[in-house]
Amino acid sequence: MKVELTINGATHVADVEARTTLLDCLRDKLGLTGAHAGCEHGVCGACTILVDGEPARSCLMFAAQADGYEITTIEGLAPAPGELSVVQDAFCETHGMQCGYCTPAMILTAHSLLSRNPSPTREDIVEAISGNVCRCTGYGQIIEAVELAARRLAGSNAAEDAR
Amino acid sequence: MTAPANFKFLSRQRRVREDRRFVAGKGRYIADINRPDALHVALVHSPHPAAKIVSIDADAALALPGVHYVLTGADLAKAVEPMMNGLDTPHVRRFPLAVGQARYAGEWVAAVVADTRALAEDAAELVNVDYEPLPFVIDGEEAYTPQSAPVHAEHGSNILLDRTFVWGEVEKHFSESEHHLSFRVTWGRNSTVPIETFGVLAAWDPWGETLDVWASIQMPKYADQIARAMRLPGNAVRVHYDVDVGGSYGVKRGIKHTVLVGHLSRLLNRPIRLIEDRLENMRAGDAHGPDRIFDVEVAFNSDGIVRSMKMRALDNAGAYAGRAPFQLGKPIGAIVGPYKIASVQYRAISVTSNKAAQEAVRGFGQAPTNYAIETMMDRVAAHLGLDRIELRRRNFIRADEFPYLIPSGTKYDSGDYHTVVDKVLAHVGYEALIAERDALRARGMLAGIGVAACLEPSGGNSSFEPLLNDKNTTTTWMEACRINVDALGAIAATIHTTSSGQGHETLTSTVIGETLGLDPETIRIVRPDSLASLPGNSPVGSRMAIMLGGAAHLAANKLIDKCKAIGALQFGCAVEDVEYAAGAVSHAASGRKLAWAELVNIAHRNFHLLPEGAQPGLEASHVYQVPTAGDLPTTDGRIQMYPCHSFEFHVVLTAIDPITGKVDLKRYVIGHDCGVVINPHIVKGMTLGGIAHGLGATLMEEFAYDDQGQMMSQTFMDYLLPSSHEVPQVEIVHHCTPSPLTVFGQKGSGESGYLGSPAAISGAINDAVAPFGVRFEKLPIRMTKISDAVAAARSGKA
Repeated sequence: MKVELTINGATHVADVEARTTLLDCLRDKLGLTGAHAGCEHGVCGACTILVDGEPARSCLMFAAQADGYEITTIEGLAPAPGELSVVQDAFCETHGMQCGYCTPAMILTAHSLLSRNPSPTREDIVEAISGNVCRCTGYGQIIEAVELAARRLAGSNAAEDAR
Repeated sequence: MTAPANFKFLSRQRRVREDRRFVAGKGRYIADINRPDALHVALVHSPHPAAKIVSIDADAALALPGVHYVLTGADLAKAVEPMMNGLDTPHVRRFPLAVGQARYAGEWVAAVVADTRALAEDAAELVNVDYEPLPFVIDGEEAYTPQSAPVHAEHGSNILLDRTFVWGEVEKHFSESEHHLSFRVTWGRNSTVPIETFGVLAAWDPWGETLDVWASIQMPKYADQIARAMRLPGNAVRVHYDVDVGGSYGVKRGIKHTVLVGHLSRLLNRPIRLIEDRLENMRAGDAHGPDRIFDVEVAFNSDGIVRSMKMRALDNAGAYAGRAPFQLGKPIGAIVGPYKIASVQYRAISVTSNKAAQEAVRGFGQAPTNYAIETMMDRVAAHLGLDRIELRRRNFIRADEFPYLIPSGTKYDSGDYHTVVDKVLAHVGYEALIAERDALRARGMLAGIGVAACLEPSGGNSSFEPLLNDKNTTTTWMEACRINVDALGAIAATIHTTSSGQGHETLTSTVIGETLGLDPETIRIVRPDSLASLPGNSPVGSRMAIMLGGAAHLAANKLIDKCKAIGALQFGCAVEDVEYAAGAVSHAASGRKLAWAELVNIAHRNFHLLPEGAQPGLEASHVYQVPTAGDLPTTDGRIQMYPCHSFEFHVVLTAIDPITGKVDLKRYVIGHDCGVVINPHIVKGMTLGGIAHGLGATLMEEFAYDDQGQMMSQTFMDYLLPSSHEVPQVEIVHHCTPSPLTVFGQKGSGESGYLGSPAAISGAINDAVAPFGVRFEKLPIRMTKISDAVAAARSGKA
């Protein structure tokens, strides 16, 4: 069957089986490999993408179900090739990752949080990322990255922005 | 050695260069690598913990359109050699698929090859296997008994290893000591469980007679093992190291997966791809960790001085041997922890059982051993009514006693344990912490403080191989780096392995930049494939800061020597009078100088200006031997295990809900000394991640088996991983005792945090429940165990 998907603002048409998950469609049909398979049963969050701006598990969604929604993947965040969004850059600044496998999903979750809540508390951040499992970092530098991104987005951190 | 304060790039808060591609979603993981003509594999799994394979009927599967082949273990065993065993156990034969007999529930019995993975899975369900169930054994102690059903009948028993070492005058020290006590603790079977499962793609080229392999791998001698198993010359296997590995922490050793797809690719003349799904990873990835029972006897005096220890460690290796039994050997290099224990008796037992096969896990057996040693120190303190920290301080090796030779033959390089503890206690405010615990108790919470002091042996050597296997004579575990300066003066340096989040590109560029005095950002790091690589042993055993860092530094020094030789000829002076700094050479007496561009030009274009005997071009390589390595074990089983020893000291305050048993870590402080730090972000991340990993092992994670031999925790719904809710905010107190053995004074940190957090957290829980007369002696300590035990204790009192 054919599905028409709006991903990162562009329209894509893919030929999929009815049972094809959105994750497999993104990766195998559209070459958007930033979303990763971790558990494929909705626990680890490595496949997280944004559906109308809200984090969702692309492993628990069929490609056909995504028709009609605005899908955002990690490939849609960077402002231009070779550049990074504020959130992406903040993750680099604090080293909010190690192996990088959960990172695209973690950044999309953070991006979504900050677009809803520009000045989250530590507890807000912990809650927001609690559906994204990271085995490398123990979350400390991820939380620092989200805090830094929030400060930078608020424009209250001129000294660090100027670096 | 440059003093840390004088480093320009080293130890600075510099970004980790790998991060840029990861945040953009541009990591290149195994599942991102494909070939359009690749075929896909799914596996048929044994439903029985032990069963004879009577017959395999694949007709229905093969009849499905798009299905190419079904491979059985019997056919595979004709074409490949058994996989490597670490110990000398030739009758414990292991092939990628079960041959004749399945030995654990979930074991691969047949492999189905189809156009897509989904189709292969569909077809795998149509393979009909006729089994004849056999007796099985799950429990390690039961497997050790002679009457247990042998997992490998040809081997004769389930015992892979049963060896007792006696280092020093154990019986004398026991008889002289005023007190003895004994206890048992159990480390449950868990693992590192990376979020990326294992995957591999192999492509046989029948005209070139080479096998190309891309894999999510972290394994020493991977290419060699593939070649041996497939009866190929080593130079017919090309492993591509430019694959990002989505976490490993030891376990990504998919040799059976690789031999399977390698064989299929050679057989079918198509690239073959196998990416585990989570179920395959959990039950049959052969990536479980140590599963260990410790029986400890300790002899000590009234002043708290521990004189001697007898430790029996029985490890349940699962259905096959592999390298897993060596995880009983590595801890011998820090068998007394940070303490001056004069003698040790250590009995190491490894048994087979009908559980999934065990693989290397972060620390290679050290974390369980540290848990046993630290539990011992807590028990001694409790027995004597001494403060747990004071007891440890009385037994610590003092800073002025290094290098310190422990009874089992390892010399600890350096450390200052008392100072680290002092700094942590000053940071924590220990009295206030005790007051906080008591205040929590007064409010009706269970509250406890836990402490742990332990070592992280680092600089991964493989001395446990000859120690536990007489036929093994390994005395090196080298790592290498090559630096190439091109004709335009730009630098590219090499790493000869894959990485799984350790930041080796940052490590290598930082070290070379520091040594050459050039901006690390300008240095490109590349990963040649295995056929173009220098010898190495992969990032295991907390070794790369020491080993790759050492190789990169010494290769850079060779480049500097070449630059100086060019300068000496131009300046007409002795090489000793030439100074190198920041890419230029100079001669103080004449004031002459050659800039980087001029040196490069001479090296690449002006053979007539090169010193006699010099080769044109500008490149250097160094193959670095492990510091202190090179000797075989003594006949009484003493050996220098790893060269360097990082130290960590944990203090934890926990509050536990007395009804639900939910553990809340209110305060977590770790003092960490890993010598000179190369990149502070990386070391911090390793430490925080290691603590989280240890938290999982202590409170949540277990590959649990039922009495039918079935694994009960096969998904993330049952095998629980710590989320941001469970992992506390951790405060790190830094200290730096440089190692005298390494090029910058660095030590390892890849296992930090993990090596002490299980002891610290379990100690805190036991402190919290002690008023109820409850004690937990088995990990993981799940909240249900706590609530049940506390409820039972309370009703007993009522």
